[in-house]
Amino acid sequence: MTEYNAGRVSDYADGDRKVVVCGESEVGVFKIDGEFYAWHNRCAHRAGPICQGRIMKRVLEPVAEDHTVRAQAYDEAEFNIVCPWHGYEYSIKTGAHQGNPRIRLRKAEISIRDGEIYVRV
Amino acid sequence: MNIQSKINPQFAPTQQIDVYTDTRDVLAHAKRNAIKRGLDDWFIVDIDAHHVESVSWKEVVTYIEDPVIRDNAMRYQMERIGAPPYGLNGDLGLRYQSVGGRIPHQDDQREAVTETDVHRDVVLTRRAMDSLGVDNMVVFPTPMLFLGMHPQPEMEVWLGRAYNRWMSERILAGDDRIKTLIYLPFNTPQEAERAVEEFGDNKGVIGFCVTSTRYKPVHHNDYMRLYSMIEERGKPLAFHAGYHWQDPSLATVNRFLGMHALGFAWCNMVHMTNWILNGIPERFPKLKSMWVESGLAWIPFLMQRLDDQYLMRPSEAPQLKRMPSEYMNTNCFYTTQPMETTHPKALQNTFEMIKAETQLMFSSDWPHFDFDLPQEICDLPFLDEQAKRNILGLNAARLFNLDPTPVKKLVQK
Repeated sequence: MTEYNAGRVSDYADGDRKVVVCGESEVGVFKIDGEFYAWHNRCAHRAGPICQGRIMKRVLEPVAEDHTVRAQAYDEAEFNIVCPWHGYEYSIKTGAHQGNPRIRLRKAEISIRDGEIYVRV
Repeated sequence: MNIQSKINPQFAPTQQIDVYTDTRDVLAHAKRNAIKRGLDDWFIVDIDAHHVESVSWKEVVTYIEDPVIRDNAMRYQMERIGAPPYGLNGDLGLRYQSVGGRIPHQDDQREAVTETDVHRDVVLTRRAMDSLGVDNMVVFPTPMLFLGMHPQPEMEVWLGRAYNRWMSERILAGDDRIKTLIYLPFNTPQEAERAVEEFGDNKGVIGFCVTSTRYKPVHHNDYMRLYSMIEERGKPLAFHAGYHWQDPSLATVNRFLGMHALGFAWCNMVHMTNWILNGIPERFPKLKSMWVESGLAWIPFLMQRLDDQYLMRPSEAPQLKRMPSEYMNTNCFYTTQPMETTHPKALQNTFEMIKAETQLMFSSDWPHFDFDLPQEICDLPFLDEQAKRNILGLNAARLFNLDPTPVKKLVQK
């Protein structure tokens, strides 16, 4: 397993993402709510460049007590990364697909030392 | 600690893919995976990819035959900034395809093109072919897929012919690897016959296309001369699927996901049912029909339904000498996309029922949101290598009389 520099902690604002070239592969490093997450840049669907997709809040459809619906909403606490190839959406925090949690992104190990972020692949 | 962690971080040149990203960067993983699978020496034909002809609509309308309509269209394109393309009736669902911008290549391809020796669409098609690992790509239009629902049948004739001429002169002339199926204005049978005669032998024309979203019975006597002409030429006739929110049978569907899932299968299910039960394969045994962009799951469903019903009511389909499913897996050909892969056992069963080894051909549907890759065929565990090679290119070589020598350059930058 090889370790790659993914930049300084101070390079990342909250909500940022950086895709890092790690030899033959790539890893996406995300900072969400002050925490860092790292995922391999391969969608579980067709190996698409998942980490280079748009970051979107999860979409919800609130159901009223009378079982009716009126409008959709965003989940302000859940950020998804959306595969730009086919639209598979995964929670950046858990790596699980929104519609089927058995479909998951592959995690990359992350460590922080002396203000620098490292990922292992 | 190993040496990699001591050097500066290497960030990917493309951090977020958007409508400005070069096709080669969007599909970089596809190319890498094609190289890994050794597809360089496999002959691969993509039977169904698309360009967005409306981007070039200002050019296309100059090819309209009728001088009055041509002038009207050219003035409209010149003077109406921001208006929809002249004469096109693209369905409103086209606006939803990218899932609100989540799948940007479906929205637009605004990437830089510096080449000036060929049309921009030729450049974009080459980039897609070389990224996917494809030798020949059959390019279809996009909003024109809805022209069969146009309230003015003349408009389908005018625009269909203009597109065929523009395609021949501007796109096909630019690269031998690009192929087309001639757009037939099917709502006006005599004009469809004229299109076969006028364009059927042009360079790069390997067949003919009926866009399936329309309310014309494919078994009507008005089409028998057309089918005879096409059968005689030995080139296939494709039914390219689509959806349309004006279809009353789909009027209650409120999510594009539902419209797309049903519409793309439904139109071809209806046409195929009429095609088989009215004995078209018996009347035209050498006519090769091809069913495009409906996916595959509908075929075994329809085979089972028609076979069961046919045995109980053979007097209503007296031309048939075999079971409906037997016509469907011998006289009919299919394209793969969008291949339903989430239920592998069902997919394997589908391949067996449709005799995929001889009847199925790869298609990507690039750049649409549900595009497929050649690697998906390579990775199917239930196919041997010959079957994979057939589906990826050799079936198409036989059907379309293509030279099966790979010409692509599948090299990593």
